[in-house]
Amino acid sequence: MSEKLENGLAAMRGEIDGKVRSFFSSCVHCGICAESCLFYTETRDPRYTPIYKTEPLRKLWKSEYTFWGKLASRLGISKPMTDADLADWEELVYDGCSMCGRCSMVCPVGVDIAMIIFKVKHGLAMAGFSPEGLVGATQRAVDIGSPMGITLKTVQAMIKHVEEDTGLEIPMDVEGAEYLALLSSNEIALYPEYLESLAKIFAHSGVSWTLSSDAFEATNSGLQIGNKAIAGQLVERVVAGAKKLKVKTVISPECGHAYTALRWEGPNFIGRAYSFKVVHILELLDELRAQGRLKTTGKETARMTFHDPCSIVRRGGVEAQPRNLLAPMAENFVEMRDHGSMNWCCGGGGGVSSNERAEGLKLTAFNRKKSQLDEIEVETVVTACSNCRMVMEDGVEANEMDVELVGLTEMIAGHLADGRAD
Amino acid sequence: MAYLIDGPLWYFSLAVFCIGVVWRIGGIVFARRKADFSVARGPAAPGAFKTLFSRFVPHREIAPQIGIQVVAGYLFHLGLFALLLFAVPHVEFIEHNLLGFGWTPMPHWAFIVASQFAFLGLIVLWLRRLLNPVSRLISTFDDHAVAILTFIVMLTGCLALLRGFEELRLLHRFSVEIWLMYFPFSSLMHTFTFIPSRAFTGAWFGRRGIDA
Repeated sequence: MSEKLENGLAAMRGEIDGKVRSFFSSCVHCGICAESCLFYTETRDPRYTPIYKTEPLRKLWKSEYTFWGKLASRLGISKPMTDADLADWEELVYDGCSMCGRCSMVCPVGVDIAMIIFKVKHGLAMAGFSPEGLVGATQRAVDIGSPMGITLKTVQAMIKHVEEDTGLEIPMDVEGAEYLALLSSNEIALYPEYLESLAKIFAHSGVSWTLSSDAFEATNSGLQIGNKAIAGQLVERVVAGAKKLKVKTVISPECGHAYTALRWEGPNFIGRAYSFKVVHILELLDELRAQGRLKTTGKETARMTFHDPCSIVRRGGVEAQPRNLLAPMAENFVEMRDHGSMNWCCGGGGGVSSNERAEGLKLTAFNRKKSQLDEIEVETVVTACSNCRMVMEDGVEANEMDVELVGLTEMIAGHLADGRAD
Repeated sequence: MAYLIDGPLWYFSLAVFCIGVVWRIGGIVFARRKADFSVARGPAAPGAFKTLFSRFVPHREIAPQIGIQVVAGYLFHLGLFALLLFAVPHVEFIEHNLLGFGWTPMPHWAFIVASQFAFLGLIVLWLRRLLNPVSRLISTFDDHAVAILTFIVMLTGCLALLRGFEELRLLHRFSVEIWLMYFPFSSLMHTFTFIPSRAFTGAWFGRRGIDA
């Protein structure tokens, strides 16, 4: 057995807990999960059936936790797992799964398939079977601090531009601020309007906030690639930054996986609870709205819908907030047929969009979103995840669709009532 | 042979079933579980309880695509449980050999309907397993073994009741004993493990404040 394989199997073995045992003991291989997965529905390739993607872990569980598996191993008649087995699953898990978790919503015996797929991903990452693009991004995150190689200088340059454009000061390293805002790589490189929007909204609402020169990056490549140690290392940077500035709350940006990494999995990656709160930007904005500290004016007349980012809504529980925020601004709002916790993924979550090899498959998977949008004939799609936005912009362009993509925070900033709300 | 099937083998199979099931469930319930250090948005217990029942009904968003499986699944399971708990010989067996009391069994016409439902459901599900590309790819030897064993148990049971031969009764009982002994080592365990499985997932969703 190669050292790589041993590392991978050891990592997966460490993931077999009571939950995993109950899941594998309950699965009757009905295949219902296939119909919930856009990689299956858009390709009709049975290999993309969600539960099939968990096969390496199921095989390990079977050989080490079941009577027949143990007996077969003892008699030497079972087929041991090989490097080739793991290599075969690399494409399925990294290219053909966006970790959207829709499969976990429909399993009749309640198997959280997305959770198991992440455990397989962890094993693959530990065995060194990960796509080149993600490996590079993860390395840059560790070495430089950002998967896109963004440095503090880049952020400072962006801040300068935003300050010039808005006439507002972007607070940096302000000790004792109430909120520490983080940015995703996409928001720094592609959508600087996010930071501009934050500055406008927080000035309007009188929020005490800051950026941190030590912890500005929210993107967690460790989560995307499935390497828990690196994920923990990246979370620790945020924890240290928050501690240094003594903030009460850290704001996760409009980025789905960053929210998962920080809000839900972060404390588990580092093995302890935080001394601060984590909120998604939409949670905070909705709270400000409810307190009367966020007032908007004017209406968007375009026919529009909201794309629910999977990690924020289905796997994060932030479903009502975007609708509460949109309601006063969207005059012609229409929901997609499947929305909220059963919405379809954009096709680029879970690191798929950072994986160049998966580009073609990602665009094929986008056909599901295209069908959803074609059905309701909208002019504008609002979302709250920079990755979803980027993936959908690619899809819209590739399919020559006449649809505009807008970030929700940006839309709110464009509708702020004059003066301070408080 | 009758002595063996009605006596020692029955008790042995029952013991294997009971000990095996308890062992498997214990292995799940008492297995280590990692602590979750994130701050919960909502309580876990109501989420677990809700998901325990909500998964009996498919989401409307996916129901049209899985209609056959859902209908066949319900026909099979409801038919099987009706036969198991309300067929005349089973009620008598439970009264005289297990609990010491019985209940009103189902009439003969209901037995016929329930058995037809159960057979129809099982055959449709098994054919789908064999013919559908997804089910064929993901099905294991065990999935087919439990389908065949269950089919044999149902078939011998119906024949025994309808024909009334002692040999058929023994054949049915023998097949039940094989089924019982295979149960804890097979996917038949989903009869019990779906409860912790749904509860774990429901609790996870509950903590995150997700309506699942």
